[in-house]
Amino acid sequence: MAISFTLNGKSQSVEVSPDMPLLWVLRDTLNMTGTKFGCGMALCGACTVHINGEATRSCITPISSVAGKKVTTIEGLAADESHLHPVQQAWMEEDVPQCGYCQSGQIMSAVALISKKPNPTDADIDDAMSGNICRCGTYQRIRKAIHRAASSMAGKAHSAA
Amino acid sequence: MASVSLVNRRDFLKKSAASGAVLVIGFHLSPKALAQQPKDQEEQPPNPFDAWVRITPDNRVTLVLGKSEMGQGVYTSLPMILAEELCVDWKQVRVEQAPTNPKIYDLGTGGSGSVKDSWLPLRQAGAAAREMLIATAAKKWEVGTDTCKARNGYVVHGHPERSFRYGELVADAAKLPIPNLHKVPLKNSNDFTIVGREMHRLDAAAKSSGTAKFGIDSRVPGMLYAVIARCPVFEGKVASFDAAKAKAVPGVRDVFEIKTSGRGASTTGGVAVLAENSWAAIQGRKALEVKWDEGAAANESSEELRKQFLDNASKPGKNALRNDGDADAALAASSKKIEAIYELPFAAHVCMEPMNCTVHIQSDKAEAWVPTQGPQWAQAVIADIAKLPPEKVTVHTTLMGGGFGRRYAADFVMEAAQTSKASGKPVMVLWTREDDMQHDFYRPASYHRLQGALDSEGKLAAWKHFQTSTSIAHKWSQKGADDPGLGEFGTGATIPYSTSNIRIEYTLAHSSATRAWWRSVEHSSSGYVMESFVDELAAAASQDPLAFRLKLIGADRKIPQFGEPPDYPQMNTARLKGVLQLAAEKAGWGKPLPKGQGRGIAGFYSFHSYVAAVAEVSASSGGFKVNRIVCGVDCGRPVNPNGIRAQVESAAIYALTATFKDAITVDRGRIVQANFNDYDMIRMNDAPPIEVHIVQSTEEPTGIGEPTVPVIAPSVCNALYAATGKRLRRLPIRGEDLA
Repeated sequence: MAISFTLNGKSQSVEVSPDMPLLWVLRDTLNMTGTKFGCGMALCGACTVHINGEATRSCITPISSVAGKKVTTIEGLAADESHLHPVQQAWMEEDVPQCGYCQSGQIMSAVALISKKPNPTDADIDDAMSGNICRCGTYQRIRKAIHRAASSMAGKAHSAA
Repeated sequence: MASVSLVNRRDFLKKSAASGAVLVIGFHLSPKALAQQPKDQEEQPPNPFDAWVRITPDNRVTLVLGKSEMGQGVYTSLPMILAEELCVDWKQVRVEQAPTNPKIYDLGTGGSGSVKDSWLPLRQAGAAAREMLIATAAKKWEVGTDTCKARNGYVVHGHPERSFRYGELVADAAKLPIPNLHKVPLKNSNDFTIVGREMHRLDAAAKSSGTAKFGIDSRVPGMLYAVIARCPVFEGKVASFDAAKAKAVPGVRDVFEIKTSGRGASTTGGVAVLAENSWAAIQGRKALEVKWDEGAAANESSEELRKQFLDNASKPGKNALRNDGDADAALAASSKKIEAIYELPFAAHVCMEPMNCTVHIQSDKAEAWVPTQGPQWAQAVIADIAKLPPEKVTVHTTLMGGGFGRRYAADFVMEAAQTSKASGKPVMVLWTREDDMQHDFYRPASYHRLQGALDSEGKLAAWKHFQTSTSIAHKWSQKGADDPGLGEFGTGATIPYSTSNIRIEYTLAHSSATRAWWRSVEHSSSGYVMESFVDELAAAASQDPLAFRLKLIGADRKIPQFGEPPDYPQMNTARLKGVLQLAAEKAGWGKPLPKGQGRGIAGFYSFHSYVAAVAEVSASSGGFKVNRIVCGVDCGRPVNPNGIRAQVESAAIYALTATFKDAITVDRGRIVQANFNDYDMIRMNDAPPIEVHIVQSTEEPTGIGEPTVPVIAPSVCNALYAATGKRLRRLPIRGEDLA
């Protein structure tokens, strides 16, 4: 049976086993490999996507539960590499990534955080980001990048107003 | 901004053939091969290339890189070295991964050696290309080469200045003979404009946008996804299996047994479940029924191993590896003796990208996509299984989601090659996190007894280090050739603290657990035990731990690395003292801290680099927190300070996980821990700030990926002692140990 949802702003329909996690639908069925497999148990955050704007671990999210919802992945944050999301831009400016494998998930968690708390404190960052493991230990650069992105977005919001 | 092109090797060859004008300079990245190369290159031209410089007519420069990128930043630091000598605009530089060339023995990527070993060859290659471009321009202008200069991607001449873009010269320059790399003029370091600058990573955009392709992202038309059911017990085998239920899982295509063996196999093989997607393969494996022949290792446990350690420690060490003077007599004669036991558990690498490998074996050729630190080995393994000559096996080295030494091994390559061969399909063998954690090659578990004696003046009268461990060398040696030696100590056998009585002993403990190189390898244990013990000596002498170390290190001198030949690089005590003092000064060493807080220091020499750390902790009975870590590092001339800081930050966090998170333990011959719920990592909420201060050295660049690891655990434990008066001598440390 086809399962339909919105993926990065476009309607998407897949015919897969209803219990197949969204992660594997993205990666193997749709060949969208930006979302990563890390643990399969929602313990590391590498697979984080947004479902209706909420940061969600796609590795334990059955595709059936996504029907009719809006899914955003790392590929949906920016139109292309020259027009990156301010959070991605901050990631580059702080040179956050090392191996880079966890960073899609980190960025999705960070974008969700800033959308709820436009000026997050360090405690907010601890709360929102501690579900995402980075084995390269880029945490302090992630923290700086989130603060940087938050101020750049606040600046833009201000100048737009 | 410069960036990484994600064009694959095949596309690159097509494109370069189409563009027609490509300057190719060969150079070696292998220090061994370089050392063997005659000084006079005319006698014997360089061996076939393992990397290339390309300059296209539109002045873009590409370094095709023979080292693998696993996060350590070689995609940025190595092109910086090349671009410096080539005199190009950094914005013009691109990077591509080199193909695996079967004609060259590559040392792989590891040992913190990429920048150190590539420094001279890359400079020579860049300089050779520059000289050829200058010669081409000089010829066109009919002037002497000494009147022309290379600058920012142009060759310039005269007043008023005229110029050629490199891209205009490249077609003719490519036809010139390659200059003697040993005689080509290198830039004066005072003229460096790229090396030493703070550079952004070239791969940051791809890694921030989800477009970077790791091994696990390989997609080949017609491919299947496979997971392998492996015996949970080390060296166990498949007794029998029933595939009926697995085959009934929708999407499962096939189920069959594979066997892996030989050097580098982590298991004996297992049962492969092939499916249309990863999920179906994982579900198929859950449904699969396998009976295991668990074999002799099924009785092994961490408790049993500890009994071996204790038993070994009750006897003299079997191998006396170093014996200067008479340490036992000096200990017996001393009125101030200190003894301490330190223990380290097995540790897992835990790359965020689980092991995986994609292989397509056909009758006359094979192709593979491998996240590997050792592409040559992967190629050899596939060629062997496919029964093809190595040159018929194309290995694409992909980006790696972490390496840390784990991705040297070819166990996952063997599995993928066997599975592709048996199925005739392109197959990705995918490891789950549980597979990755339970079938790793672990950092050995070890047990150390340190003994020291202080004389009446507080000088070190004797140093004795006994170690018993499971050994890496023993696991990798031929059966019978198992006499682990200095490799289990590393620079831990080269003691910077002056004494004339040194004894170092080793006794092998037996375990079937797979072991190999874990970030900083033996230095992770040597640094911990030595720098913890020196702190205990300082306390026994009632001296400040920094002042005590500086005094014990004594005069500035070079100490030959014990067990290495005389021409091997030596430890420079001035540089070791330099990083200790730098870290201490920046951390405010000696300034009072509130009650319940403490500072600890440690310094260690490994991978030819010097790192010291000062940790600041808060402690109470039953808990502690690391508030910050301040590092002083001397890795020679800093090529990319931004990249050096990143590696020090990374190694510190990596080491903190091993300091106070979980241990890998063995029960009934199998690894107990399976995922992040029972083997957790440092996360955002317990990651302290890491401050990095870099010595502005003009020495040759040396390693920085690993040498921070050895100083972290001792600096933290020493800080906890300063805060609480309690010594923690068994990793990982626990809050309750302070109660």
